[in-house]
Amino acid sequence: MAGARKPRLAVHKFASCDGCQLTLLDCEDQLLDVVGEIEIAYFLEATRQEIRGPYDVSLVEGSITTAHDIERVRRVRAQSKMLIAIGSCATAGGVQALRNTADIDALARAVYPNPEYFQTLTTSTAIQDHVKVDFELRGCPISREQLIEVVSAYLTRRKPNIPNYSQCMECKQAGTVCVMVAHGTPCLGPVTQAGCGNVCPSCERGCYGCFGPKEKANAKSLARWFEGSLGLSGRQTHDLYRTFNAGAPAFCEVGLAAIGEKTDETVAEVTR
Amino acid sequence: MSLSDVTRGGGPARVIKVDALARVEGEGALYVRVRNNEIRDLKFRIYEPPRFFEGLLRGRMYSDAPDITARICGICPVAYIMGASHAMEAALGVDVPRDIHEMRRLIYCGEWIQSHVLHAAMLHAPDFLGLQDALQIAAANPDLVKAALRLKKLGNDLMATIGGRAVHPVNTKVGGFYKAPSIEALRVLLPEVEWGLGAAETLLDAFSGFDFPDYDYDYTCVSLGNTTAYPIMEGDIVVSGGEAIPLDGFMDRYEEFQVAHSTSLHARPKDGSGPYLVGPIARYNNNFDRLSTRARDAARRAGLGPIVTNPFKSLLVRMVETIHALEEVRRIIEGYRGLAAPSAPVAVRAGTGCGCTEAPRGICFHRYELGEDGRIAKALIMPPTSQNQPQIERDLRGVVEKNLDMADEDLKWLCEQTIRNYDPCISCSCHFLELTIERE
Ligand code: SF4
Ligand code: SF4
Repeated sequence: MAGARKPRLAVHKFASCDGCQLTLLDCEDQLLDVVGEIEIAYFLEATRQEIRGPYDVSLVEGSITTAHDIERVRRVRAQSKMLIAIGSCATAGGVQALRNTADIDALARAVYPNPEYFQTLTTSTAIQDHVKVDFELRGCPISREQLIEVVSAYLTRRKPNIPNYSQCMECKQAGTVCVMVAHGTPCLGPVTQAGCGNVCPSCERGCYGCFGPKEKANAKSLARWFEGSLGLSGRQTHDLYRTFNAGAPAFCEVGLAAIGEKTDETVAEVTR
Repeated sequence: MSLSDVTRGGGPARVIKVDALARVEGEGALYVRVRNNEIRDLKFRIYEPPRFFEGLLRGRMYSDAPDITARICGICPVAYIMGASHAMEAALGVDVPRDIHEMRRLIYCGEWIQSHVLHAAMLHAPDFLGLQDALQIAAANPDLVKAALRLKKLGNDLMATIGGRAVHPVNTKVGGFYKAPSIEALRVLLPEVEWGLGAAETLLDAFSGFDFPDYDYDYTCVSLGNTTAYPIMEGDIVVSGGEAIPLDGFMDRYEEFQVAHSTSLHARPKDGSGPYLVGPIARYNNNFDRLSTRARDAARRAGLGPIVTNPFKSLLVRMVETIHALEEVRRIIEGYRGLAAPSAPVAVRAGTGCGCTEAPRGICFHRYELGEDGRIAKALIMPPTSQNQPQIERDLRGVVEKNLDMADEDLKWLCEQTIRNYDPCISCSCHFLELTIERE
């Protein structure tokens, strides 16, 4: 039929667990409708069918960990009008970015008897360290609602409504009792970007920062509070900051400082 | 490992160099060399950029392991959470009360349901219909796909109700839960569970009419067993024929090894007895009698006996297990009266512990050594897909052997389908199998 072609959506994977792209398949209620409006052109996990680029929207999951990934993400960029990085792996290097400050040979030997069989970069880095990214969706994993919001905003050509305030705001909106005040539970809520839907605090658990640092996060002063008022060791503070967004600069720097390590230039470079 | 591992399939000692960097990641590649209508070499490669989880865990607290290992696979996070938690509880001597165990079983059933239905209906069924994807099935039979999506959503809803969210739930920890799940929130799911039982049976009936490729194998089945319930997180490890191995004896009998053509480690029995099978068929064959009556009846209607030897029928076994899981869900929710305490107390000490649970794709084994401060000194994780690798290669060899006269394009699809029998964690799901056939 002649007329407007449906926008083409592609989903690309780099080093990741698939949890973020699975979120797209988890939109059961919306999936068949979304499919009515867009053409899923490339989505290895869901279809054998492969429609070549260019793509109107590319969702990119995963971090860059091999030289070949660098080439591939450049090709993806060249083929995509809009590139959205989805999840902590793609926006901060993921939990595997812990390797950036570790001895990679020791890591490889801990897993593989013959690490020389494959080649890998010493770092795990975000997509925007390599190509221009049009939008970053945070989370490990991303939120289904935010994913739908970003795709629908694109389809209707408006700005996506994704807040950049802190997880603390979500507690206030949901009427969740503050776990730090009430139970002395360490919580990264004050420095973490909102968007998950208040998942941890509503389970009486402290936020572990899977949505990454909010804009202008004062991670340092929260770290002082952890150590001064909640009695955490530097090591504990480090571990809190250095998990699923280990490579996000605001978390990386304060985490390393807590164990007396400095963000040297190489680290600063690989983490941003 | 030595070159002989690389060429173990026989044939001339020619090492095929797969340059991982020159290929597309997340893709499986299969290389077959044929001479005089005989397979001389066959290799199945999974290339996933390594993420070094066992290395990253060193030095972290015991309590970090469940959440960190969950990030190995977004489709079966609960399997990693529970395997790591069990191992830590064994290392630290924590006794988990029955009510917590039941609640863990409930969230695990949610994972089985979403993963099994996703795989059977959305990823595997299209192969049998000669279609590219589930959306093409939706065009022909929208009700079937809608039912599958709704059933999968029920699995996700169970996980989210208990765990806070469906992918990487947050409410679980070593010892139990942060907060006891709400009785009310679980009870409202019961009507949907009732609907789901019927829907799962309908899907199974529909799938049982598929044309299954003609291929059988006398598998050595390794699963949990030696327990009263159909195993999810209980019992010992059993091998076809009934031998039971306690969890902490598993690594005396099995080992991991590396082959040059894959970043996924493989596993093998130390006695050299060859490949083995983990996953739905292995569980089913070892535990058929422990399935509910309704699940067994459904299996019979679908033409399955107590032992399944055709790997393509794993699709049917997944739906039989879905029926069983739904009945478990109903039983556990109906009996749930809240948790006496959301978690068991945990005290830190040095120790070593193993945990093994039945991920949707088969046993997932963890072992950790902890220092006195509760920090991890050493970690070992054996996911199901690495254990199945050698068996996948063996099946591919058998399937290719039987179908050497097929056109390359058809043979390629059949090989993909063979690999999808195993539902290899979709991080390595092998859509777009790259097939190289050298015919000499
Ligand atoms: S961000 Fe988290 S959930 Fe998403 S792919 Fe990476 S590890 Fe998985
Ligand atoms: S509360 Fe924090 S750690 Fe928990 S899901 Fe939300 S952002 Fe992630």
